[in-house]
Amino acid sequence: MTTTLMAIGTKKGLWLATSTDRQAWTLSEPHFLMQEVASVGIDTRGGRTRIMAGVLSYHWGPTVVYSDDLGETWSEPEQGAIKFSESDNAAVERIWQLQPDSAGRPGVVWAGCQPISIWKSTDYGEHFELNRGLWDHPHRSQWGAGFGGAAAHSVVPSPADDTVHVAMSTGGVYRSDDGGASWAPRNKGISAYFMPDPNPEFGQCVHKIARDAVEPNRLYAQNHHGVYRSDNGAETWESIADGLPADFGFVMLSHPHHSGTAWVIPLKADGERIPPDGKLAVHRTDDSGSSWIRQDQGLPKGEYNAVLRDAAGVDTLDPVGVYFGTRGGSVYASADEGESFTEVASHLPDVLCVRAAAVVGS
Amino acid sequence: MGASDVTVLIPTLLRPLIGDRSRVPLAAPSAIPLGQLLDNLHHGYPVFARRIRDETGALRRYVNVYVNGEDVRRLDGLATPVQPGAEVMIIQSVAGG
Repeated sequence: MTTTLMAIGTKKGLWLATSTDRQAWTLSEPHFLMQEVASVGIDTRGGRTRIMAGVLSYHWGPTVVYSDDLGETWSEPEQGAIKFSESDNAAVERIWQLQPDSAGRPGVVWAGCQPISIWKSTDYGEHFELNRGLWDHPHRSQWGAGFGGAAAHSVVPSPADDTVHVAMSTGGVYRSDDGGASWAPRNKGISAYFMPDPNPEFGQCVHKIARDAVEPNRLYAQNHHGVYRSDNGAETWESIADGLPADFGFVMLSHPHHSGTAWVIPLKADGERIPPDGKLAVHRTDDSGSSWIRQDQGLPKGEYNAVLRDAAGVDTLDPVGVYFGTRGGSVYASADEGESFTEVASHLPDVLCVRAAAVVGS
Repeated sequence: MGASDVTVLIPTLLRPLIGDRSRVPLAAPSAIPLGQLLDNLHHGYPVFARRIRDETGALRRYVNVYVNGEDVRRLDGLATPVQPGAEVMIIQSVAGG
């Protein structure tokens, strides 16, 4: 019997939910109550299930913890998993992303942080090293801060080669072709309507990017207004917003197995960050954004909370599970690729991140 | 403790990170800067140390330190001299929502 684990990071703690059918879920008591959990990763490589969490105490600072027993116990590396050296004259403010790399790179985990920085671990997330190429990038002084802070919030390594894409708010998409040694902006075609030059080389407010599972040069991006696809590794982007009720939102998910399938959760606009008309829905494309299907079965008819950039995830089962949570503390799960949803939890604190995976090794 | 010791009061939440102690005596035969006193306090307790100060060495924004009842942010920060016999209180500020 397969057990699926869902990790729900909120503004006031982490909840874990498990299910054997992805319909009925058992919700844990809160972990790290009163601490913000903005990032969580579930790593099922190596024959075990490791949960990693980026925890922030507003008093005592940020840290990375991990559990190899589904949350029964947690470990915090004594010297800290992610920290600047003294000479960097900087301090980690928030851990926005904990992203295990592909199966072909066992042990490698990427982190995206505030201030804008990415980090790489080769020991399954116990210790990370600052990526100097991005930290020392000449554009740094021109990157800005979104409302949530200046952060590298998406790190998307390619399983096919040494390509890595990073997305930051605000700064846009950057690509490395050499495993992270050097970085160049890759935003051609993405509008930054809020800047004096609406088509700058960088400075876009990209909210989330995702890589196609089959075509590694195909990426999808949800921007601060604008939904885009690239078929050439982000050399150029084209709009795929036609057919969506709005081009604003934070979420972008790609299917873990099928090419061309992705999900977004539109919000009405920058100035009206609610589901369009208060009607919460996921929208799925199966043709790389040429058309979109509205998916709202099981979702509430009136919903005025936003879904944040990492508050959504997919598992890798067949059919794929789709999961997301709202700032109102509701969490929904679909066991059929978004065709229908069930409510897993409600009245939690603001949901900041959601990840799910089939449990292995226990 | 001796008259030349400094007593550091530990907030409840952090006591498990420093040997479950509520008060830690530190030798201070003469006045030393608060930053150096914290270095001595933190020695051997790296997780505790990170809760109090960030990687730059700065006090975390919502951590308050009082020396004999005076907020060090109104004194000389981490350079505030701590006299033998002083009481140093570490406490979280009122912050949150």
